[in-house]
Amino acid sequence: MSCCNHSHGVASGCCGTAENDSEITPEQWAEVHAIIARHKETPGALITVLREAQGVVGYFPIELLDCIAEGMNIPASDVFGVVSFYSLFSLNPKGRHTIKVCTGTACYVKGIREVINRIASEYGIREGETTEDRRFDLEGVRCLGACGLAPVMVVGEDTHGAVSADRVLELLKKYT
Amino acid sequence: MTVQHDNACCCTAARRLTVDDLAVMREEYAARLHAPNMRHIFICGGTGCHATGSIAVKNRLVEEVAARGLTDTVRIVETGCNGFCALGPLLLVHPENIFYQKLAADDIPELVEEQLVHGRQVERLLYRDPQTKKPIPHFGDIPFFARQQPWTLRNKGVINPESVEDYIGRDGYRGTARALLEMTPESIVQEMLTSGLRGRGGAGFPTGMKWQFAQRSAGDVKYVLCNADEGDPGAFMDRSILEADPHAVLEGMIIAARAINAYQGYIYCRSEYPLAVRRVQIAIEQARALGLLGHNILGSGFDFDVEIYQGAGAFVCGEETALMRSIEGKRGMPRPRPPFPAHKGLWEKPTILNNVETLANVAQIMLNGGAWYASVGTEKSKGTKVFALSGDVNNIGLVEVPMGTPLRSIVYDIGGGIPKKRKLKAVQLGGPSGGCIPEAYLDVIIDYEEIAKVGAIMGSGGAIVMDDRTCMVDMARFFLDFIQDESCGKCTPCREGTRRQLELLEKICAGKGEDGDIELLEELSSMITESALCGLGQTASNPVLSALRYFRDEFDAHIKQKKCPAKRCAALLDFTVNADKCKKCGKCFQTCPVQAIAWQKKEVAVINRDICVRCMSCFEACPFDAID
Ligand SMILES: Cc1cc2nc3c(=O)[nH]c(=O)nc-3n(C[C@H](O)[C@H](O)[C@H](O)COP(=O)(O)O)c2cc1C
Ligand code: SF4
Ligand code: SF4
Ligand code: FES
Ligand code: FES
Repeated sequence: MSCCNHSHGVASGCCGTAENDSEITPEQWAEVHAIIARHKETPGALITVLREAQGVVGYFPIELLDCIAEGMNIPASDVFGVVSFYSLFSLNPKGRHTIKVCTGTACYVKGIREVINRIASEYGIREGETTEDRRFDLEGVRCLGACGLAPVMVVGEDTHGAVSADRVLELLKKYT
Repeated sequence: MTVQHDNACCCTAARRLTVDDLAVMREEYAARLHAPNMRHIFICGGTGCHATGSIAVKNRLVEEVAARGLTDTVRIVETGCNGFCALGPLLLVHPENIFYQKLAADDIPELVEEQLVHGRQVERLLYRDPQTKKPIPHFGDIPFFARQQPWTLRNKGVINPESVEDYIGRDGYRGTARALLEMTPESIVQEMLTSGLRGRGGAGFPTGMKWQFAQRSAGDVKYVLCNADEGDPGAFMDRSILEADPHAVLEGMIIAARAINAYQGYIYCRSEYPLAVRRVQIAIEQARALGLLGHNILGSGFDFDVEIYQGAGAFVCGEETALMRSIEGKRGMPRPRPPFPAHKGLWEKPTILNNVETLANVAQIMLNGGAWYASVGTEKSKGTKVFALSGDVNNIGLVEVPMGTPLRSIVYDIGGGIPKKRKLKAVQLGGPSGGCIPEAYLDVIIDYEEIAKVGAIMGSGGAIVMDDRTCMVDMARFFLDFIQDESCGKCTPCREGTRRQLELLEKICAGKGEDGDIELLEELSSMITESALCGLGQTASNPVLSALRYFRDEFDAHIKQKKCPAKRCAALLDFTVNADKCKKCGKCFQTCPVQAIAWQKKEVAVINRDICVRCMSCFEACPFDAID
């Protein structure tokens, strides 16, 4: 049995009416159901399910949390508690490109603060915010483990080392 | 038995290796490595070098080698982190051992032509001594490498981490074979005790003792966990080990499992390390396919398997009890100890948790004996320790030295000193639980107890060098900001106490410090240290206390004179150009984002303080420290 008494059909969606006005597409729902089915029986798999589901949908609208809670047979409040605890998970839609600036010690010593200031003033976002056009999210990460290249920033999948306040805007131009 | 080479892995078809197979594979590897007329190019494929473009360099190398018909005599091996990340992309040519650095794809045709066809070095791509500017072609002559003792990192930069044959070729799984076929669980623990190995994850608890507790715990189900959360900012050795030598960690886990009779292990790896996760996954699959994990390992009758569990971005999950909660799929909240994990750990079963670096030493100890390991080091700190050296130092990268090495030697002999002729102010050791060691104590040796005496801790081995432009008040503020972010909030002293401390430090940095603030900070520190539930809160005040211990005058300057001697605290800066120091270069003018600086060729720059937003960019940009 799938979660929420629905079949796994692509079009069926989940949880009654919610899916109709949700931003989650039927294909995404199908993937989420498959993820749940794959891990349902494994004790402790909630975080794995959440990570994979976020990989599909991008963030956690309420109906997705409800669906996971029901599918995994875990109280919704516990699921919410886990989502809000870990910084990997987001309750809000993300931008197209996530800028992860390293705010670890080595990067701080090497001047990441100026880089962050420059991004913040150019795009009008602070750490944890998304630009209005959803082009960028700005996230602070406590050490990316590439301290040899400090200050470090990761945009999407690309790691950029030795970024400077002067260079950073130029570097961000190609992410549209 | 035949073994395929290069990236092609031989383990699609399952088969089980025996000790004899391991020996055959070692011979084959040696024959390959020492084959006459064969060259091996070890190109770095660690995260750092990937970021600086090593994939493009490697692709070009493959093309160029093929184009010149050298494919049969040149083997290209993509390795994990070589250790000298700041010089990436880099590669090593074997057997000549020539080290090339800062490569671009366009350098490759010349390198292939000169080095591989004619056997001549390409001088412009060689490492140069920072002082004499002379090229140093041989890997072993470069001071950064010459003074290291790579034990834990013995395979870094010389094997393909995605090839189990390479690993076996370099004595891989021999330690496991000994432990599983020739030793009893008791003698494994005894060997670990003899080695004197202490946990490399921070606290330095003797590994043999931890295993002994778990061994003696009753229970049919036990677990072995590997802590690959590496939350300490400024530490990247665990990442490098996982990316460069994942099988070494698996071996450590298998041997630990045999010692306590566990059947299942988990590697808890942070999700910020995708390349490490991928390489470990590949290693696990290869090991399973060869019968090095799973049922009846090496025909010993012992079963053990490993899975990866990815973290989700919470520093506190590096703490052992929190980590176990997290694997159980819950919020990663620490719990009081006892009961200790050796009695009640994951799912309430006896569990041992060890750090990546700790585990990477184990197979070597089984192979060479505990006494061999203990022959290096100080009385209470044995073997070698890996440091991640970063910050204001010339040679940034991974450094492995024998215990007992003076910190000064790491910073100056290996690290090459401080760039731009600046002065060293302090070395921060041990991350947010640690402290700073000022210049005056730089002769302290690497030893758990000696480092603690000067107010820092060994920690996981992040060593961040800070020059005289670092403000120690600001650094204390930085660490508390970190702690505030990462406190799980379960206990009040950590949640509220560190917030109060952070507020005080922010106030001081903003120029609003008052008499009594320092005393209040100290009072809060001792209260939090005594009453917090887990290691995070208990050690949260250490960076503050060590800053106060050595740099109290800087705190006074902020509070009493409203000055930041290092000129880092924007609120206490004037933002005027010092006309005497200004060399009229215009760098500040170019960098100011709000055009607050007026400058013309051959004229001293002038800052309009009404427009200035105090972003500090000009201050960073000025090569002559002319902005006050
Ligand atoms: C807040 C906190 C964070 C920690 N983070 C890590 C970590 O990221 N990696 C690690 O190996 N140990 C970390 N530790 C230490 C572990 O709790 C544990 O002592 C260690 O993993 C045991 O392995 P070892 O004996 O091999 O050092 C942390 C401890 C605390 C209190
Ligand atoms: S000391 Fe801090 S991190 Fe540890 S349990 Fe208390 S609140 Fe959580
Ligand atoms: S601090 Fe920033 S805004 Fe002010 S003058 Fe310097 S560069 Fe311009
Ligand atoms: S401190 Fe920025 S990558 Fe480590
Ligand atoms: S990643 Fe290449 S040397 Fe570290």
